[in-house]
Amino acid sequence: MISTSSGAINKSKLISRRMFIISAAKAVILAGIFGRLVSLQINESKKYMTLADKNRFREWRLAPKRGIIRDYFNKEIASNKKVYQLHITPENTSNIEILFFRLKKILNLSDRKIATLKKKISKQKPWEPIIVSENLTWSEFSRVNLFLHELQGVEPLVSVARLYSHQSTSHVVGYVSQVSAKELRDKEYLREMSVTGIAVGKTGLESKLDKNIIGEVGFQRYEVNAYGKRIRQIKLDEGKAGKSFKTTIDLEVQNFTSSLLTKVSGAICVMDIYNGDIISMVSSPTYDPNAFVHGIDQKSWNHLLKHRDKPLINKAIAGLYPPGSTIKTLVALSALENDVVNPNLTVNCKGSIELYGEKFHCWEKKGHGFMNMRSAIKRSCDVYFYEIARRLGVDRLSVTAKKFGLGEKVLEGFKEERSGVVPNTTWKKKYIGANWYLGETLHSGIGQGYFQSTPIQLCRMTAQLANGGYEIKPRVLLDFDNDRNKLKEYIKHRNEHPEDPLPIDLLISNFNINPLFKNQENINFVKDAMFASTNEAGGTSYRSRLTDKNFIFAGKTGSSQVKRFTIEQREKEVKQDDLKYEDRDHALFIAFAPYDKPKYAISVIIEHGGSGSRAAAPIAKKVIKKVLERDNLRELQTNEIGKEI
Amino acid sequence: MFTSRSIQSSLSFKEKIYSIDYILLCSILILGVISMFAMYSTAGGTFDYHTKSHILRFIVFFFLFFVISFFDLKFWYRSSIFLYIIFFLLLLGVKYFGLTSSGSQRWINLYVINLQPSELMKVGLIIFLAKYYHRMPTNDVNKLKYLFLPIVVLVAPVLLVITQPDLGTAVLIAAGGVVVSWLAGVRIKFFAYASILFISLAPIAISFLKPYQKARILTFLNPDRDPLGAGYQIIQSKIAIGSGGFFGKGYLNGSQSYLDFLPEKHTDFIFTLFSEEFGFFGSVSILLLYFLIISRIIRIGHLTRSNFGKLFCYGFGTAFFIYVVVNMGMVLGLLPIVGAPLPIMSYGGSSMMAIMLGLGITMSCKIYKDVPVN
Repeated sequence: MISTSSGAINKSKLISRRMFIISAAKAVILAGIFGRLVSLQINESKKYMTLADKNRFREWRLAPKRGIIRDYFNKEIASNKKVYQLHITPENTSNIEILFFRLKKILNLSDRKIATLKKKISKQKPWEPIIVSENLTWSEFSRVNLFLHELQGVEPLVSVARLYSHQSTSHVVGYVSQVSAKELRDKEYLREMSVTGIAVGKTGLESKLDKNIIGEVGFQRYEVNAYGKRIRQIKLDEGKAGKSFKTTIDLEVQNFTSSLLTKVSGAICVMDIYNGDIISMVSSPTYDPNAFVHGIDQKSWNHLLKHRDKPLINKAIAGLYPPGSTIKTLVALSALENDVVNPNLTVNCKGSIELYGEKFHCWEKKGHGFMNMRSAIKRSCDVYFYEIARRLGVDRLSVTAKKFGLGEKVLEGFKEERSGVVPNTTWKKKYIGANWYLGETLHSGIGQGYFQSTPIQLCRMTAQLANGGYEIKPRVLLDFDNDRNKLKEYIKHRNEHPEDPLPIDLLISNFNINPLFKNQENINFVKDAMFASTNEAGGTSYRSRLTDKNFIFAGKTGSSQVKRFTIEQREKEVKQDDLKYEDRDHALFIAFAPYDKPKYAISVIIEHGGSGSRAAAPIAKKVIKKVLERDNLRELQTNEIGKEI
Repeated sequence: MFTSRSIQSSLSFKEKIYSIDYILLCSILILGVISMFAMYSTAGGTFDYHTKSHILRFIVFFFLFFVISFFDLKFWYRSSIFLYIIFFLLLLGVKYFGLTSSGSQRWINLYVINLQPSELMKVGLIIFLAKYYHRMPTNDVNKLKYLFLPIVVLVAPVLLVITQPDLGTAVLIAAGGVVVSWLAGVRIKFFAYASILFISLAPIAISFLKPYQKARILTFLNPDRDPLGAGYQIIQSKIAIGSGGFFGKGYLNGSQSYLDFLPEKHTDFIFTLFSEEFGFFGSVSILLLYFLIISRIIRIGHLTRSNFGKLFCYGFGTAFFIYVVVNMGMVLGLLPIVGAPLPIMSYGGSSMMAIMLGLGITMSCKIYKDVPVN
């Protein structure tokens, strides 16, 4: 008993001793835990607070409102409209199948659309909303609202989207559409905005102005849970609407010129010859830019791409056409300026001429007979200009043509604009890799061969002839801060001080204008010849003249060959109308008006229109009348704008 | 000797009430109340099922604790083998009739509650070994024939639990058994042998581990290995605790928990939630409260005369310490995530029941401290 009890006591001591060892270990472990708490919650707490905030806050970027583009008279060309959208949050629906079934009845959704939506839903998180329709009509929207109580998870909402109210401005203004991966890669301002699916300018002014017109991005900061679901909004910054812009376009004229081209493919440009303001610039056929705002469907896109007349191309700045006979104005000017010939040089046109073993035809098979320079321009005699070109040479011609703006881009920042070609011997060597043939000089003399120009270039060329031979910088946007066209001020100065003609370098430094002539008489000669072409019997555009003395204009026709006539066709006297559409000549016409006090220049191109005098000049006549009728209004508006500044 | 006998026979109800350890009782109550508030916060400040159920369980099991405190220590001495066998049978029952949830079979449906017998086994093994070593002379303890039974009663339930699979609980059961054996005088060399055996068997054991268990161990070694997968829990738990700072984000304002970044916040990660909302100050308070409870248990072991009582209290107190340390070590990123609840704080009926059973027996040791058990 005693041994047992003493054993028990020993045992009890043993237990206590061992417990003591354990307790010591416990103290060490507790100290470890305490140390860890100190380290996490005191020493490193800042770091973990930052990490916790990174977990809980998520920012959503808000696309800002784009600035508005207006015409000269403050009419809105590109604006913003309310759009009615329909979003679905799959998480909030009880049965997505039934919901789509109902929506299909209410909205006329196609099965294909529903299939793509379902595919999209399966790829994203259930609380992420999906856009069923970006642009509902008012009646659809109200129907959805009417049945909203049985459409669980559907969210009808009002948003803002681009609106283009006139299809006549489609090409000059361009359109917006969802940003592409390439644009994000190339443009820093878009990367910085980082708004998914933001609408950006793709062509025209929308593209040129994109950086300034797009506005400043806003954001919403939300607290989100671990699954990314928004719990509550912490902060909202709506951003800033983009800058609005005013153009030089007269929407009334623009709509009118556009309407003249509804049945044909072509382009019209109208320009103020002093300040370069583009009053109208249309391309036909046009397209609906609104179709791109919410993403164009594949069928319409293919239709636009494969259309024979290429509606998406802005033919006024990106359509390349041989200038044809319209170049004769510059050929004549170049020859006179270089003192190669004098205007009294007479050439006998027999309908064709043989040079360098090749036969060169005049468009008038019978021949024009004896021609001097004025009558050759008036009647557009090819043989006369073969002779002039032969004497002038292509290199001197190209210098004059380039001076007047051919072969270079006219506008700034229109990425779709093309520069065309002014050929000469070095150009051919460089780009074609062959020597220049003398025969090619003759083709160049009547604006055929390698010559390529855009309607806007021809319009500028005409304007620079009409204003007395001074360089202008055409523009679509009113730029109050940076007006480089001081031509009007110069003319005012000259009228006030007729006795003090400024030398060229003073012109440039005082008025920032650059005369393109050596002798202004030569410019006046060309202008007079153009007058003859339109207003004297026998002129190529005589039939399209305006007789009202305020509307008298001077022009020059042109027809540019698309396909060379074969000898057979020439002998059979095949008419343009008998040719296949694609083989017919392009019809061109350039003009300025009014003749005595020139103010506007115009160029018209009708693709495959046959001849300039029949297809292009009659259209130009209507445009000139319209533009001159609105001249007073424009003057008033210019004064108004002057007051604004 | 005589006095103790007379005390045993004449222990009045009043004396029993007097001899209750009120500090332990109050500490448990305070911890229980804190756990209720923490549970309310897990639901983002709504009175949801978990909170209601937790409060109900605490009340029921606290009452149970109070009642069993008055059971004579002899009763526990006598029924210890019986208890072990019952718990072992339940554990076997889990193997064959158990309920499976999230890939492991841990629960048995007893109609009233879904019981997790592995939790009860934590206490069952301690009480069994306390009785086994109670009368064994010190000399016999290290004899191989007497080592046989402890090894069997320890290894059998541990193996059953591992195969559920529930590595965390298995480790905690084993820890309790090892502690009692060590206290009873089993020589260090045997533990050394066992360790060597364990380490040499470890590669084989690892090959039996489920992929997620392997991932957890690898993740513990390098939490950034797979931050969105297995490492997610540790990383988010550390962010929550660390971002709490000194005074915490305030009650019901723990962003990590109410925005669901924190996993398992009402069970294993309840300390993280509390720590985020009450900061370093709160964490240390909880740590002190646990320290108080454990030291009271150890003190009772010190006061108790019987070796059975000593072994049980020391064993249970140490096991309780291990439960707390494993859980905290886990959420603080010091130990791998093994799935160990924080006693009393964590949601879970079986864990609460086992802890209250252990505390009840401890309290019984206090009330009957001078009573010999045989």
